Amino acid sequence: MPDPRGFITVPRATPPERDPAERVHDYGEIYKVLPEPELKRQASRCMGCGVPFCNHACPLGNLIPDWNDLVRTGRWREAIEQLHATNNFPEFTGLVCPAPCESACVLDINDDAVTIKQIEYAIIERAWDEGWVKPVVPETRTGLTVGVIGSGPAGLAAAQELNAVGHEVTVYERDEAPGGLIRFGVPDAKLEKWIIDRRVRVLADEGIHFEYGVEAGGDDLPADELRARHDAVVIATGSRVPRELEVPGRELDGVQMAMDYLYIRNRYVASITEGGIPGPEPEVPIVAEGKDVVVIGGGDTGMDCISNANREGARSAILLDVYPEIPVGGRYDDTPWPLPLKRSVTTYALDEGGERRFGTQVTQLRGDENGHVRELVGRKVTGSSSRTLLPVPESEFAMPADLVLIAVGFTGPERPLLDALGVERDGRGNVAAPLFASSESGVFACGDARVGQSLIVTAIAEGRRCARIADRWLAEGARSGAGAHTATA
Amino acid sequence: MDRRRTKVGPRYSSPRPAGLYDPAREHDGCGVACIARLDGKPLHEVVQRALATLDQLEHRGAAGADPETGDGAGILIQLPHAFLRKHAGEFGLEEGALPPPGEVAVAVCFLPADEARRATLEQELESTVSAENQVPLGWRDVPIDPERCGTIAREAMPVIRQFLIGRGPDTPDQDAFERKLFVIRRTTELRTTEISFPSMSSRTVVYKGMLSAPQLTDFYADLSDPALESALAIVHSRFSTNTFPSWSLAHPHRMSAHNGEINTLAGNINWMQAREAILSSPLFGSDLERCLPLVAPGTSDSLAFDHVFELLCLAGRSLPHAAMMMIPRVHENRKGSISPELEGFYNYHSRLIEPWDGPAAIVFTDGRLVGATLDRNGLRPGRWLITHDGWVAVSSEAGSFQVPEETIAEKGRLGPGSMFCVDLERNVVLDRGAAEREVAHMAPWGKWDDERTIHIDEVPRDGIPSQREPSPEELREAQLAFGYSQEDLRVVLAPMARDAKEPTGSMGNDVALAMFSENAPSLFAYFKQRFAQVTNPAIDPVREYVVMSLRTGLGPEENLLEQGALASPQLVLEQPVLSNQEAAVLRALDWGGLRAKVLDMTWPIADGPAGMEAAVERLCGDAQDAVRAGANVIVLSDRSLDESRAAIPSLLATSALHQHLVRSGDRVRTGLAVESGEPREVHHIAALIGYGASAVNPYVMLDTVAEMADQHELDGLGSGIVRQRAVLALNTGLLKVLSKMGISTIQSYNAAQIFEAVGLDRDLVDLHFTGTASTIGGVGMEGLAKEALARHARAYPDAHGLSEPGHVETALLSAAHGELLPQGGVYAWRRDGERHMWDPETISNLQRAAQGNGSGKVHYAAFSERVNEENAQHGLIRGLLRMRQPGPPIAVEEVEPANEIVKRFSTGAMSLGALSPEAHETLAIAMNRIGARSNSGEGGEDPRRYVRERNGDWRRSAIKQVASGRFGVTADYLANAAQIQIKIAQGAKPGEGGQLPGAKVGEYIAQLRYSTPGVELISPPPHHDIYSIEDLKQLIYDLRASNPRATVSVKLASELGVGTVAAGVVKAGADHVVIAGHDGGTGASPLSSIQSAGVPWEIGLAETQQTLLENDLRSRVILQIDGQMRTGRDVMIAALLGADEYGFSTAPLIATGCIMMRVCHLNTCPVGVASQDPELRRRFQGKPEQVINYLFMVAEEVREFLARLGVRTVEELIGQVDMIEPGEALAHWKAHGVDLSQLLADVAAPGELPRHDPAAVPAREDLDPLGLADEAREAIKAGRPIVIERDILNLHRAIGGVVSHEVVKAHGPAGLPDETIKLRLRGSAGQSLGAWLAGGVAIDLRGEANDYVGKGLSGGVLSIRPPEGATYLPEDNVILGNVALYGATGGRAFFRGRAGERFAVRNSGAKAVVEGVGDHGCEYMTGGIVVVIGSTGYNFAAGMTGGIAYVYDPDDTFSERCNHQLVDLEALVAEDRVELRDLLLEHHRRTGSTVAERILASPGEGPERFVKVMPREYKRVIEERAKLATVGVTA
Repeated sequence: MPDPRGFITVPRATPPERDPAERVHDYGEIYKVLPEPELKRQASRCMGCGVPFCNHACPLGNLIPDWNDLVRTGRWREAIEQLHATNNFPEFTGLVCPAPCESACVLDINDDAVTIKQIEYAIIERAWDEGWVKPVVPETRTGLTVGVIGSGPAGLAAAQELNAVGHEVTVYERDEAPGGLIRFGVPDAKLEKWIIDRRVRVLADEGIHFEYGVEAGGDDLPADELRARHDAVVIATGSRVPRELEVPGRELDGVQMAMDYLYIRNRYVASITEGGIPGPEPEVPIVAEGKDVVVIGGGDTGMDCISNANREGARSAILLDVYPEIPVGGRYDDTPWPLPLKRSVTTYALDEGGERRFGTQVTQLRGDENGHVRELVGRKVTGSSSRTLLPVPESEFAMPADLVLIAVGFTGPERPLLDALGVERDGRGNVAAPLFASSESGVFACGDARVGQSLIVTAIAEGRRCARIADRWLAEGARSGAGAHTATA
Repeated sequence: MDRRRTKVGPRYSSPRPAGLYDPAREHDGCGVACIARLDGKPLHEVVQRALATLDQLEHRGAAGADPETGDGAGILIQLPHAFLRKHAGEFGLEEGALPPPGEVAVAVCFLPADEARRATLEQELESTVSAENQVPLGWRDVPIDPERCGTIAREAMPVIRQFLIGRGPDTPDQDAFERKLFVIRRTTELRTTEISFPSMSSRTVVYKGMLSAPQLTDFYADLSDPALESALAIVHSRFSTNTFPSWSLAHPHRMSAHNGEINTLAGNINWMQAREAILSSPLFGSDLERCLPLVAPGTSDSLAFDHVFELLCLAGRSLPHAAMMMIPRVHENRKGSISPELEGFYNYHSRLIEPWDGPAAIVFTDGRLVGATLDRNGLRPGRWLITHDGWVAVSSEAGSFQVPEETIAEKGRLGPGSMFCVDLERNVVLDRGAAEREVAHMAPWGKWDDERTIHIDEVPRDGIPSQREPSPEELREAQLAFGYSQEDLRVVLAPMARDAKEPTGSMGNDVALAMFSENAPSLFAYFKQRFAQVTNPAIDPVREYVVMSLRTGLGPEENLLEQGALASPQLVLEQPVLSNQEAAVLRALDWGGLRAKVLDMTWPIADGPAGMEAAVERLCGDAQDAVRAGANVIVLSDRSLDESRAAIPSLLATSALHQHLVRSGDRVRTGLAVESGEPREVHHIAALIGYGASAVNPYVMLDTVAEMADQHELDGLGSGIVRQRAVLALNTGLLKVLSKMGISTIQSYNAAQIFEAVGLDRDLVDLHFTGTASTIGGVGMEGLAKEALARHARAYPDAHGLSEPGHVETALLSAAHGELLPQGGVYAWRRDGERHMWDPETISNLQRAAQGNGSGKVHYAAFSERVNEENAQHGLIRGLLRMRQPGPPIAVEEVEPANEIVKRFSTGAMSLGALSPEAHETLAIAMNRIGARSNSGEGGEDPRRYVRERNGDWRRSAIKQVASGRFGVTADYLANAAQIQIKIAQGAKPGEGGQLPGAKVGEYIAQLRYSTPGVELISPPPHHDIYSIEDLKQLIYDLRASNPRATVSVKLASELGVGTVAAGVVKAGADHVVIAGHDGGTGASPLSSIQSAGVPWEIGLAETQQTLLENDLRSRVILQIDGQMRTGRDVMIAALLGADEYGFSTAPLIATGCIMMRVCHLNTCPVGVASQDPELRRRFQGKPEQVINYLFMVAEEVREFLARLGVRTVEELIGQVDMIEPGEALAHWKAHGVDLSQLLADVAAPGELPRHDPAAVPAREDLDPLGLADEAREAIKAGRPIVIERDILNLHRAIGGVVSHEVVKAHGPAGLPDETIKLRLRGSAGQSLGAWLAGGVAIDLRGEANDYVGKGLSGGVLSIRPPEGATYLPEDNVILGNVALYGATGGRAFFRGRAGERFAVRNSGAKAVVEGVGDHGCEYMTGGIVVVIGSTGYNFAAGMTGGIAYVYDPDDTFSERCNHQLVDLEALVAEDRVELRDLLLEHHRRTGSTVAERILASPGEGPERFVKVMPREYKRVIEERAKLATVGVTA
């Protein structure tokens, strides 16, 4: 039972960060872990609620009150069991999840939320340190095989779950290394890439095969070949088609997709990091150094661009966000407790430099004679969502912009693989798989490819649930005597 | 579905089960008396005086829908030979042909009206008499005057005839004749129910009927015939919870009359049935068999008692002997206090029969000896007197048998378990243990018992393998297979193992019923514990541990009718929960004549679900074979569970086997123990014992806590100690479960089936849980088997062809972590756990709706849609119902406005103490603003809230609750109520008391509760002034006297039989009845109670509505329901099922910010709703507007439904059960066995209004029969002194109440200066003398008083002294009854004489002097001073947390009788002496007490002989405060 008075006596303490002035000159991780006594104190703030809204808000259903209490009482070993029970990769979420659990924490009503994310990260790091994270090789094999396309959090989670129940799993990744957006989107400042490699090594030791640089559905591995190799296929390719910015001047040089920039930056960091996995040189280099950088879009991708621009030495880095100013207390009227925050009041990137302008919309990009962007024209807007924006009269402004990075989200999965496999798509262009099974028998989908752009924590949850459905389908086929549903040759 | 109109033919023709109403659940209460001439000389005067006494007890009886029809009255006398001679001609006999006494008997017959049938029956009876070799002599029509009884009684009146029977020539003596008469009667009764026999005896005759006390004499002309003579008479006046005609149920029965209730009846009847297989008596020979079964299920408690009692006597036991067997006094835990002979007697007889336990005063006679006895708890009043001129009387009330004071030689009262007998043959009174002594010395009972008793520790253990400790993997598998969850370990097991206590929780139970759960809940979850309310009191097993017993035996039973050495051995266990070692001993038992047989409770999973039924059948057959082969201890075990064998639910196996053996006649030949991994909670153990097991070994539970200890999860305790503590926790918890029903001994609870099933198939229940009610049907054998396999699959997925553990299928748990136990999620919500009514979505939607901004409606719609949907799919009975549209829809505008609808709403009783003042007042303001009502809850109210504020807001709670603790219930509190609510039970923990931890008793709370800050407060489980229905009638009367303008409400909790209780409550005069669902919220309750007691309100409401309609009582009362009400749809269903009003508790709290933290009991509510911590209270953000917004949205939703149904007002909707039908939700796989026809039965007679009708409410009794208020009115207004003198009778009750009301209304809580209004009374005062007597009012009584003197004393002064001319010693005389000064908050009381049980119970402020008290003195006291200058009974100061008692203890024996749990005994210090002296002086001044005079006259020695009873906590707090005060002064 939790300490009933912990929250009254202990104030929230967030994990220490490295000094922004220092860290902006390197690419290393910026957060530190609280010392154990303080972690226990923080865990004692958890009230073990009768209705734990955190558990509800977490897409994985992390058993937050349970492991908080285990940390409070120093039972780390059981804590990691509880944590791993719902979350395959707590070190990923512990670092980069926006923590809807904390927004939903009952203490957030009139106090400061429990530092759930920090505790989660501490539990898994402790487990790694103690050597408690070990490959779990299934005792028996089913003789059935599954191909998982994509090695982002969804694909990795699906792979681990399917492997755990005895299927032979191969993960196909078109890039040079696993992780998807957590490798190529998220900066090392937030998540150093060895952390992914450490986890993937365990997965490999459990018996999962990884093939990199393989474009499934393309020439490397045509769709029928893929189907023929596996009894089931899981599409976990993410939602990688970026949303376009439809303004005059979009075609100018120096107007780039944020994700392209982040890929380049992450590959660069990999190239200078010991043990980093080198990738190909960029076709079109994107450089922020010395430039007036404007990032369009106020989400995490945008912030990560600011972070990189700061590190590159941009002249200025400004982020334009259409949402209104964050009210005191951090919550907009339409997102009261226990809903997740739309925007955090502070972010690591802005602590290091740069500026965020709320209620601002781009209307035009102007270029120089070389067709290179030089100026951004915008206006003030009001409204609580991108669909209900109203321009503020006479609020137009112009600002210098040498590099404009578009970070306004993604529209859906890339089509070639889907078309090659012949799966139907829903109205938003995602794989139509309401219960993870696509229109093609034996083809499943999960993660952003199924639901559209979402959180890493959602991706892991998707992978897990998809694995369960796929497994049941495989088991039914196996039981029916045919060995599998598919017409494996 | 079957929509029966059950009323056909004459309305009152035949009570039979219809819908949920079952007449078998009727309860009695009453007044009883017996009168005798010690010289044994028959006199007509005895009859006359007995009838006069009965008249004086009339207020204890009741009348039903027809005010002229009494519930029953009767008289039993000796067979009047002179009278029979005089009337011989009417029997067709020549004068002189009447055989002499002893050779003739009268059968009093109630016969059917139909002449032809009657003739046949009479003829049959005659032939039976002849066939039994007795002599039929003739018939006589008993002269009656039908005009003298009520209409309903007349319509149901039988033809009443007496049949004269002569003793046959072969029948040797009168005893043999009596046995023959018994055989004649029993065989006739077994043949037909058309005839019944009030009596058939050569010694006694009974006149009785469905009459009121005064009607009896006029109805039977015989009773006025001077020739009708008897030396003894028993009279009885009945109060039944129903009004169906039941001439035969009137008392006295053939040998006894009863006041009270046998709580253990179900078990007693079951065991009698089982016992019949081995019943034999040489006196009866083969005749006995023809008389069986002796008691049929459904027989009323007192009649069943009478049957068995009669048999015991006829088979050769004396009356006292039989009475002592059936109603044993406390003999456990009282070493040294009873003689070894008596202890031996009770131990011996516990081998023959379990106690018939309950609050009972039984008066019995065989015409030669008349006696009275009280149950072990002494819960019914019994007062006796003996006069110098040879009269002896025992009565429910002092003063009912009126004699000149100077003729009284001795007066006294029946104490707990004591007996008072008058032997008319020997002409002696046997009292003060004399009768018991005679019986105890009759035979070497103790020796016989010892010879055949084996304690489990005595069994040699060599060669018995000790149970192997399971490996962690094995244990985990067992836990999974038996359905354990992580929550079970963390929430339930850990506290039991660590603290030896059951865990506590808050905010009720909002999980889905087991019948809807997808998580394969255990079978235990389908069973709900029943509990005592109104008709019998629950017991406090902690504070009144002295009356409880866990002792149990294993082994064959003895022939009940045998009186010699015991035939077979028995294994005696001091408690029923066995350790694993003890279980091992039991399994291997083959010693001293005891032989165990272990039977396997598992079945091969290869056989699939169908295999379970076969396995159960096999088990039953094997058990029967084993018993017949000589095994006499059956051990059911599921230790052979493994990968291939699944466990049969242990409860199913146990009950099926028990029932089978009862049917086969083998049950009493063997003991039954269960060794199972499944039970792990108190409720589980209770269910196993309640369904037939005598001992239970929960081995997985014990292994689990041991493992937890080994892993250092239990505060470093070792595995040995936690096993012991877990066993202790289970045993202690068990006591609570049985005491909830008012049962004191495990022996009586065993196989008593005090449960009802919710959601189980009726055929399954009828077969394997025979006799248990399952109102709505549900899951059957196959479903249970599937769930058993699903649990098995969690441990052994491979065995079921699953690639992962079964529970992972629907769960979020990782496949790689399948060995983790499932979450549970019952006590706290979890994503993966059981569904809850309140989950994150409903809570946040409701809160957003209540904010009342623009989107409120949208969020309310989302809230309501989800709730209604969830109800339908996953959890509530109301969700299974849908509304039918009777006519075309109308426009919403045509429906009554929402502000009318909300007036039917109230908020539930949530005390200030549970809630913060801020939350409490927010609710009050909100409800007052909209014309609805909030409820104070228990714990008083700040008088400042009684005044309206300038802005019109009012913080007063319109409803003031009166709960068992009576905290803050003062004259002023009652005067400021619009409605006074008697809380009989609350849904979350019915039948249990409460505790407010010291931490929550801050200054403010303490002030309102008249207690000490920081000192824990205990509420007793029962109201100590409600042990039966007529007591409730009295309390209602008392409260009316204390506020004639307020309506009186009674809050009941939903359970089987609540309808019959409600009917009694309506007859007792309540204006308003609340039926609370089992799922209501609460401050703090044991988790097992929250989960396992009571049933949903839908069932209770339907039963109540049907019962009230059947009894023509519905329109007299307003019905309210309460329990997880959330949406307009909930209101609609409640209205259609018959509720006039709707209570909301949790939802309004959530509207103000509650987030179901469930820590109300810890004082750490993070949103300030349920905390007294000033820091946390500041966090409260609730506004009255939120409550109002929410309730109006509910009302608007109601309006939309009404419009759709085409109904204009809620009024028109109430009770229109035709408009509901079962909905699609029955498609749920587990729900297909559900049958709602009983729930939806329409029993309203054509034209009968199924709702409240103010015009139907009968006139209320006169509240001021002595006219005191009228006479005092001017003086009260003026504050002028006045003295009023009156003579008083025991009919005059609650004297002083109305006067006190006028005083506080005019002068506020403090009242008037001392003794401004002086009432001088003379005579025997009725109950509740001086109840809530206000400051400034004084009562001085010369005479005596009955029960409840000075209850709620609120500042007044009371004194009672014997009348002039009394010849007995005042200090030996019982001058007042039980439960004096209950809940007194102030004032003074002086009694020159002794008091009964529970003197000053829950006193929090009164000062009193008394010259002796019975058991449980100063129980639960929290303040005030009590001086006892005479002897005290047992268990003094139990639960006493405050106040001081000074007890005169000249012989230094008080300590043995004091309960030391919470108090220390100290010497008096100087200030004590001053206080004591002042009180003794006043006592002497007011009463002339010679005892006080004597003590005062020996200044050195007197005070030295007193001990001071000082509550420890109280002392600590007083000392701390004194220290603080000193510091404050110096600073």
